Amino acid sequence: MLIPVLIGMSIITFSIVHAIPGSPAKAILGERATPEAMERLEENMGLNDPLYIQYFRYVGNLLQGDLGTSVQTGRPVAEEILPYLTATFELALCAMLIAIFFGVNLGILSAWRQNTSVDYLSMVIALIGVSMPVFWLGLMEQWIFAQELDWLPSNGRMDPRMFFEPITNFYLLDALIQGNLYALQDAFRHMLLPAIALGTIPMAIIARMTRSSMLEVLRSDYIRTARAKGVREGLIIYKHALKNAFIPIITVFGLQMGLLLGGAILTETIFSWPGVGRYLYDAIHARDYAVVQSGILIVATIFVIINLIVDLLYAWIDPRIQYGKE
Amino acid sequence: MSTNTPTIQKEEQGTGPGTEPVDSPLRDNLRALLRHRSAMIGGGIILFFILIALIAPLLLPYGYNQIDPDARLQAPSGEHWFGTDDFGRDIFARVIYGARISLWVGFFAISGSIVVGSALGLIAGFYGGWRDTLISRLFDILLAFPAILLAIAIVAMLGPSLENAMYAIAIINVPTFGRLMRSRVLAVKQEDYVLAARAIGMKDRRILFSHILPNSWTPIMVQGTLGFATAVLEAAALGFIGMGAQPPEPEWGKMLSDSRAFIQSAPWTMVFPGLAIMLTVLGFNLLGDGLRDVFDPRMKQ
Repeated sequence: MLIPVLIGMSIITFSIVHAIPGSPAKAILGERATPEAMERLEENMGLNDPLYIQYFRYVGNLLQGDLGTSVQTGRPVAEEILPYLTATFELALCAMLIAIFFGVNLGILSAWRQNTSVDYLSMVIALIGVSMPVFWLGLMEQWIFAQELDWLPSNGRMDPRMFFEPITNFYLLDALIQGNLYALQDAFRHMLLPAIALGTIPMAIIARMTRSSMLEVLRSDYIRTARAKGVREGLIIYKHALKNAFIPIITVFGLQMGLLLGGAILTETIFSWPGVGRYLYDAIHARDYAVVQSGILIVATIFVIINLIVDLLYAWIDPRIQYGKE
Repeated sequence: MSTNTPTIQKEEQGTGPGTEPVDSPLRDNLRALLRHRSAMIGGGIILFFILIALIAPLLLPYGYNQIDPDARLQAPSGEHWFGTDDFGRDIFARVIYGARISLWVGFFAISGSIVVGSALGLIAGFYGGWRDTLISRLFDILLAFPAILLAIAIVAMLGPSLENAMYAIAIINVPTFGRLMRSRVLAVKQEDYVLAARAIGMKDRRILFSHILPNSWTPIMVQGTLGFATAVLEAAALGFIGMGAQPPEPEWGKMLSDSRAFIQSAPWTMVFPGLAIMLTVLGFNLLGDGLRDVFDPRMKQ
């Protein structure tokens, strides 16, 4: 299941470089390259070999961890991409935390107070959230909270004047480890706007899912029994009901990761967040195809792995689900 | 099949004295749809955008690309309702012409996905075997990418343009419809009337087109409406990162990315195109949810 998908993905990313019009050698050497120089480079890059040989060489390199070399910086992509990846992870993680916390609670509130104005208001918020383009939300945030009100910074991960040596490159974690409270506060302030922008759509979807899932569970017999026994309402909702309502929520969470990784590209562009999305965006505009190719492959691979983990998590949470049995 | 019960009720009513004549399930569903409040709001929003897209030239004193150096970055006023951009172009005109582009792209992209996805899903579900394996694997591979990333990859291959963005959006949405159609076909294939058709020696093609397809299209229609919303968002996203519409096309996403330089001095350049995207997407989401409630309650879960 996983292997054919990975092979298919590598074929698609391989085709990116080979389908674009014009020779990659020309892209590297520029428009005014002499034909001899181009021929020499093409020979060196193995571009004259048959396609399938080039493909096998590409996969062989991938398996050895060679993701190609960036034309812009001349550095290997595998080495260069790491700090960008951690930046994206930190952002996506914070966005997901926001999405889950607010989404689940909004959904619970809605289900608990079904058909009241609270319910309608939450669902209208959720519906608008689902329809919101992440890049517009980001721009609006920048305008209102950074420009007009001047509450929060609008760009980057940290004030460049801040004296800060990252260790793991998860800035919040690093600042915490070093006990650098100023840096922690600054990193947190930089995180807020992009994380909210990125988290809004998943939040809205999670809220809707939680509501319908909770509504179903709240009607079941064991909840009625718990109520009859006089269990406190808060305990019923957060302990008894949420546990069973969580299964569909996790599925949505898995599906949302794709949206989140895709949304990260747009969010990072707006907030100048130095993550993979920004890295890819810059590479696209500089026609740095080695970076585009490997960046896409890496993000897609991560996405596949996350989905695998979600599937496993699924079976762990709900013992009724078993894999390998039809 | 979910529509059987109401039909029977209607027929019973029809036999009584002084009641309306017998209704078709379709008409029944349409009536339910007209009573569905959010579906009507959504439909109203979409109709509004379609209307202004159609009569755009009649509505406007300015062209979408009419440059006026004396009227750069003017705030909204009686003359320019939504203000002007850095070329002095009327933003109201550009937003309205943008509706044409977004609806156009959404319509063609989703139609393409539906046709290709349904065809592949039909083949996979009906014939099974190696065809099913091959097609299902293809869907798995396409779904292994975050959607917008795959769209970027495709546009990177084809070159950035509105047309190529449309192809990319069509391709990334194929597996959604394909999987849906496949699962519907697998379910319908087991129905007695299909077995009966086979028993009397009906040909594959006729079973496909006169039995299986008509009984599978409701979820596709519902998904198509919701997919339209996604397609509009995806087109705007591609335009925003420069992989879609090219200047001077008044595409909403592209307008937003152009507005970034003027957030401080002219926020109206950013507010209105974004609002237009959100409203359009909201409209299709509302209508899609309503259609699902009415036509296919089982999908709701």
